[in-house]
Amino acid sequence: MRAFLPDYELKIPANVGEALRLLNDEPGIWRPFAGGTDLMVLLEAGKLAHKRFVSLWSLPELRGIEASDSHVTIGAMTTYSQIQRHDVLRAEFPLLGEAANLTGAIAIQNRGTIGGNIANASPAADSLPALMVYEAELELISAGGSRVVPYVGFHTGYKTTLMREDELIRAIRLPRLTAGWRQHSRKVGTRKAQAISKVCIAAMAKLDGVTINDIRLAYGSVAPTPVRAWKTEVALKGRKLDSATIQTARAELLNELKPIDDIRSTADYRSRVAANLLVEFLNRLNQL
Amino acid sequence: MPETHVGQSVFRKEGFDKVTGRARYVDDLTFPDMLHGVTVRSPIARGRLRGVQFGDGIPWHEFTIVTAQDIQDIPGANCVALILEDQPYLASDTINHPEEPILLLAHRDKYLLEKARRAVSFDIEPLPAIFTIEDSLNRKELIWGEDNSFKSFLIEKGDVDAAWAQADFIVEGEYETGAQEQLYIEPNGMIAIANPAEGVTVWGSMQCPYYVHKALIKLFGLPPEKIRVVQAVTGGGFGGKEEYPSMIAGHAALLAWKAGKPVKLIYDRAEDMVATTKRHPSKTRIRTAVGKDGKLLATEIDFVIDGGAYATLSSVVLSRGTIHAAGPYNWPNVRVRSRAVATNHPPHGAFRGFGAPQSIFAMERHLNQVAQTVGLSPEELRRRNFLKPGETTSTGQVIHEKIDLSFLLDRAFSLSDYHAKKIRFAEFNAANSTEKKGIGFATFMHGAGFTGSGEVYLSSVVGVEATPEGRVRVLTSNTEIGQGSFTIFSQIAADALGIDFDQIEIAQPDTANVPNSGPTVASRTTMIVGKLVESAALGLRQTLIASGLLGERYSADEFAEACRQHIAAHGELKSFSKYEPPPGVHWDDEKYQGEAYGTYAWAVYVAEVTVDLTTYETRVDDFIALQEVGKVINPVLAAGQIEGGVAQAIGYALYENVVWRDGRMVNNQMTNYIMPTSADVPPIRVYFEELPYAFGPSGAKGIGELPMDGPAPAILNAIEDAIGQPGIQTFLGQIPLMPETLMKVMTTGGGND
Repeated sequence: MRAFLPDYELKIPANVGEALRLLNDEPGIWRPFAGGTDLMVLLEAGKLAHKRFVSLWSLPELRGIEASDSHVTIGAMTTYSQIQRHDVLRAEFPLLGEAANLTGAIAIQNRGTIGGNIANASPAADSLPALMVYEAELELISAGGSRVVPYVGFHTGYKTTLMREDELIRAIRLPRLTAGWRQHSRKVGTRKAQAISKVCIAAMAKLDGVTINDIRLAYGSVAPTPVRAWKTEVALKGRKLDSATIQTARAELLNELKPIDDIRSTADYRSRVAANLLVEFLNRLNQL
Repeated sequence: MPETHVGQSVFRKEGFDKVTGRARYVDDLTFPDMLHGVTVRSPIARGRLRGVQFGDGIPWHEFTIVTAQDIQDIPGANCVALILEDQPYLASDTINHPEEPILLLAHRDKYLLEKARRAVSFDIEPLPAIFTIEDSLNRKELIWGEDNSFKSFLIEKGDVDAAWAQADFIVEGEYETGAQEQLYIEPNGMIAIANPAEGVTVWGSMQCPYYVHKALIKLFGLPPEKIRVVQAVTGGGFGGKEEYPSMIAGHAALLAWKAGKPVKLIYDRAEDMVATTKRHPSKTRIRTAVGKDGKLLATEIDFVIDGGAYATLSSVVLSRGTIHAAGPYNWPNVRVRSRAVATNHPPHGAFRGFGAPQSIFAMERHLNQVAQTVGLSPEELRRRNFLKPGETTSTGQVIHEKIDLSFLLDRAFSLSDYHAKKIRFAEFNAANSTEKKGIGFATFMHGAGFTGSGEVYLSSVVGVEATPEGRVRVLTSNTEIGQGSFTIFSQIAADALGIDFDQIEIAQPDTANVPNSGPTVASRTTMIVGKLVESAALGLRQTLIASGLLGERYSADEFAEACRQHIAAHGELKSFSKYEPPPGVHWDDEKYQGEAYGTYAWAVYVAEVTVDLTTYETRVDDFIALQEVGKVINPVLAAGQIEGGVAQAIGYALYENVVWRDGRMVNNQMTNYIMPTSADVPPIRVYFEELPYAFGPSGAKGIGELPMDGPAPAILNAIEDAIGQPGIQTFLGQIPLMPETLMKVMTTGGGND
């Protein structure tokens, strides 16, 4: 381990109220520590700049998955393993389980949480594009109260979010409106397991015969944040699903996404494969 | 008399300790009053060291600090003794590569030690550095010797220059291979106790205890008996623990010498990946003359490897790559020109295959191009040119073994259903626009043991020692590094002595207790050292029989009784055997002519792939590895060696890309350096042919490196088969073939850039 451990402090609060008070009373001093699957890697590498953390792991208020008539509410500390096992999520929100299944190894899935994944705000996070197409909402809590914000728009830039320093994500709410939508996801990470995405897609569409009634497209690893491909969606909505439409959408997407070169891949590869993934999705819609 | 053990898949001798966690690796060892050590390294590739600063907030007086200056204060020399003596233990003036060791620190608290490491900074006046083979050859900067060249070789057979005029076709190609990290499961580490009274003792993870021994003698200027090197249980090596452990042992010992306390120096994965050796990147140009009947007339091969900043083992890696470059073909005329050049990368070093995978990749890809030009199938072209008994290799070595490569090819094709699949895949590809399937193969050979006169110079010695209870202990410096050598030695010794496998013990390699039987490298452990184990064991048996204590046939009890009586009468009962070259072996080191190796293993590998046109990813769906390796001593271990090597070579071909920035590996973590997982590796179906080799134990040849040679060209040949279209030359000349590169090839037609 490359970190000097005595420099670090991890506080385990008795309840969520105590956690919120810490965040409120000493703003910026304390940061949330969820499953630790990102933070522990930084610690090991000696790259964890922040020193004082408050653990959310054992707070029951942040756990559990509940389904009401209109929503499924997922506590922020719900792990990837729990997401994969939940019946309503599997039936109505399969893209989330598919992403969870491809995140890290099983040990990581047992420890990594959906809330931690959102707050960590990696553009390569596998489950975030799914949340984008499901039009999730986030319930944020602080010592002063709570608010609900749409997940789309939550990420404001590379590793920055709308969340204040005194806030926590309590839960993720998914509207139960996926009936009649076709859903699709794919992760491209060169190897089949333990990979970090070079590009990944979550997509859903509602067809009326051969016409695209509605469509949502989200990508990871092609921008500083996970993104919705809004312009491409517009180019597809209300159009007949044929090869001309597919080619138009492909061109629009290549125009819309501006990925970069980095240690894992190239901008050219990400653009072209993102476009190929779109074509693959649209072709599958065509075949059903 | 127990049944024989050779040829049986007996259980691994050390397996139980490893799977139960009882085995003690170097990081499991601890000594009273032990300190932890750390290496402070250069942040840049090349420059002049002007000074060192120690930052605030660290209790520096509590630390042991070693610089090059400290080495001047001991009788030895600041260089890692190997072949040339150009690499310092600690840089004193010139920095030649990123991560070059400059300063060492030790402290009781390993976390504080890490904080201190970060508080050290260097004043380095930067100098321009070079990182490519071209820049080195063009001497853009002169960074080593008079011409940036560590070593060059020239092999000449026949008259290449006269052959071009007779050719119906001349085919040219250029091929490149990348660096590869060994990724043994246990990172490097050493513990040292060193002081003027006791001398120097190190325990650590290593392949070659006597290499470390030699290096420490030079560093400390002490007599050999004052240096002791003990191998701890070692978690894999693949060549990565051939030469670099000498560096770490020296560092740990320097700290221990100055501190007067034991020092443990363990690398984490990030340091191991960024600072230690990798496989040499290479560039090969081949020009081949061929007749329209598909007869290969001549080839001219220019083979260059990037050695990094110091000579280390590059000359020997180059030698093996040079000798293997022409492949198992009957070329009447050959010229191989090869060079190992200097760059400002950290030194590249030994890695399974040792130069051969690089040049074999080039030739096996090239021959597919030749076949295409001539209008023959890759199979037919090779059949018309396979080396046969009585014919000669590029070094003029006459093949005496009864090898029949056409038969091997037939068998591999039958096992893989090659011809039927060719047809089926063509149909699949015609009907499918998102996936393409292909099948390809490579044929190759690999020489076992040290090259040329290498084994004669090594003059390895193995001993066996009997106990009064009738147990026999094998004394060798060859290490168990996951390949099963202790099991193999036990099988060989048990059969030679006619006693049970469980009666054999293998001494842990410790230079105080075992003779120098050479390094654990070059596919030599079973074939060369195993043969010495066999003859030393036979010698022991002969001693007992000659003394009249034992008859020609005996029981375990009779053997034990004979040992007891002999020891009671004469003291310790040991037998040693020293390497003798097989008769009729001649090697001309000047002309690079003659018997390059005592024998070769021969192989045909067939790969089946699917290329995904959405992502440009290649999946290997099936893999047949057929090889002739002499007698197989332990079928499970032999198959394991082949499977592991093929998996490692699949990584080499398709996944493992070292990303360099200013000469430094920047993806030095396993999340970004993508080695294939079990989910990415296909069924690897392993088959053997056995033609006993007269000078190997029970007829065995070496196999350790062989499986690294063939998969990359077989896979790229299969990809070419999958995506190639008639009339369009799809050139795949580069590994690793990452999806990004394949995309470029498929969308623009050009891959090399």
